[in-house]
Amino acid sequence: MSFRATFATAVRVLKQLRRDPRTLALLLLVPVGLLFLLEQLIADRRLVFQQIGGPLLGMFPLIAMFLVTSITMLRERVSGTLERLMALPLAKLDILAGYALAFALVAALQAVVVSTVAFGFLGLHTQGPSWAVVLLAVSNAILGMALGLFVSAFARTEFQAIQFMPAFILPQILLCGLVTPRAQMAGWMRALSDVLPFTYAYDALSRATKLGVFDGRFALDLSVTIGATVLALALGASTLRRRTG
Amino acid sequence: MPAASSIVVENLRIRRGGVVVLDEVSLSVASGRVTGLLGPSGSGKTTLMRAIVGVQIVESGTITVLGEPAGTPPLRWKVGYMTQNPAVYGDLTVRENLRYFARILDTGPENVEEVLETVDMTSFGDRVVNKLSGGQRARVSLATALVGNPELLVLDEPTVGLDPVLRRDLWNAFNALAVQGKTLLVSSHVMDEADRCHDLLLLREGKLVATGTPASVREQSGQQDLDEAFLALINEEVA
Repeated sequence: MSFRATFATAVRVLKQLRRDPRTLALLLLVPVGLLFLLEQLIADRRLVFQQIGGPLLGMFPLIAMFLVTSITMLRERVSGTLERLMALPLAKLDILAGYALAFALVAALQAVVVSTVAFGFLGLHTQGPSWAVVLLAVSNAILGMALGLFVSAFARTEFQAIQFMPAFILPQILLCGLVTPRAQMAGWMRALSDVLPFTYAYDALSRATKLGVFDGRFALDLSVTIGATVLALALGASTLRRRTG
Repeated sequence: MPAASSIVVENLRIRRGGVVVLDEVSLSVASGRVTGLLGPSGSGKTTLMRAIVGVQIVESGTITVLGEPAGTPPLRWKVGYMTQNPAVYGDLTVRENLRYFARILDTGPENVEEVLETVDMTSFGDRVVNKLSGGQRARVSLATALVGNPELLVLDEPTVGLDPVLRRDLWNAFNALAVQGKTLLVSSHVMDEADRCHDLLLLREGKLVATGTPASVREQSGQQDLDEAFLALINEEVA
């Protein structure tokens, strides 16, 4: 692995994003709009907004980065640029780390923008510090990126890649504890929830925002999230083949 | 033929999707010369080139490139590869594309400018690739293969779809690179480009039909026109 090649890849990915200001605007403004909509929708139930606003804020980058990464990587595979890169002195890890670096930066920007609006204008309060929410949002975004990278190997077209969002992400959102507390789930659902990475990402966010405690359980949540990211990256790396048939 | 070979292929066999695409192919490509890889489309040219740059799964046989097994990491610094379809980032400018390749290959922006000059794209350097014509995009793709001054260039149909003036200029550039000591393997399905090569490899349905200089291919076939020569050699093979 070389720092030069990793950095060059990150710069290249960011330059590509910059050429597409509409996507950038959507990335930054859509979460803000959605959070505003939610706040208005439940304006008479402030407590509910305080409860789910924080965790939701930390989940947006995950979904956005999943989509952006799976489409970008699919394009690399389909357009032949990936094959071209594989003939160059570039480690697979350089490509993955380059992507991670670029998208982590975008995710951080997204998290900062949506947090500023949520904490500054929508009156969101969390028990834990707001920077913890931003940091968790970035780590979730990298998880989203890693998952997107992995599933892009199973899509042949952009239509398929888009459909992986509801297929991979929505069930995790339903089962992570946001919609229904995990304690109230049927046994098999809870068991499924136990093995899905979102559950831990959500729990960490919820602990940081609702309780403001960074206890052993929080550390476990964070470790599982990071572990799932590393696993997804490793699986993603195994789908980048130097030689193909 | 000079003693030194940049590429030596022995008994290469490749299957793609269950079909044998290259069947027991053995050949060598001389250093410092332009070797034309000719054959109708579907004859296995791209597969052979992919195998030489090390991105193709090989069933059996050996490929030695610049003294090392094809696809080994040190070769990735020394072999420039132009894919058949332009493999460049459409949403970046020409220079941004080339600078990315240059950074990976640890070479400076002056190399990028040199390469732009070679493919005659200097005035288009700051244009976004998606806004370029097909021929211009092909030249950008060719430029990416030239970045880093590789010893061996593997170019898959670099002149397809280009106008005659540009084709002549590029062939002149290929010959100039050979004079500098580079080795070039250039595929084409246009026979009139064969005369611009020092050596020829004629491929048909995954088998090598003929090799040699354009003059010796004419002699082998008894035909003056290379197009006719190729047809004669194919027919001989079939008969």
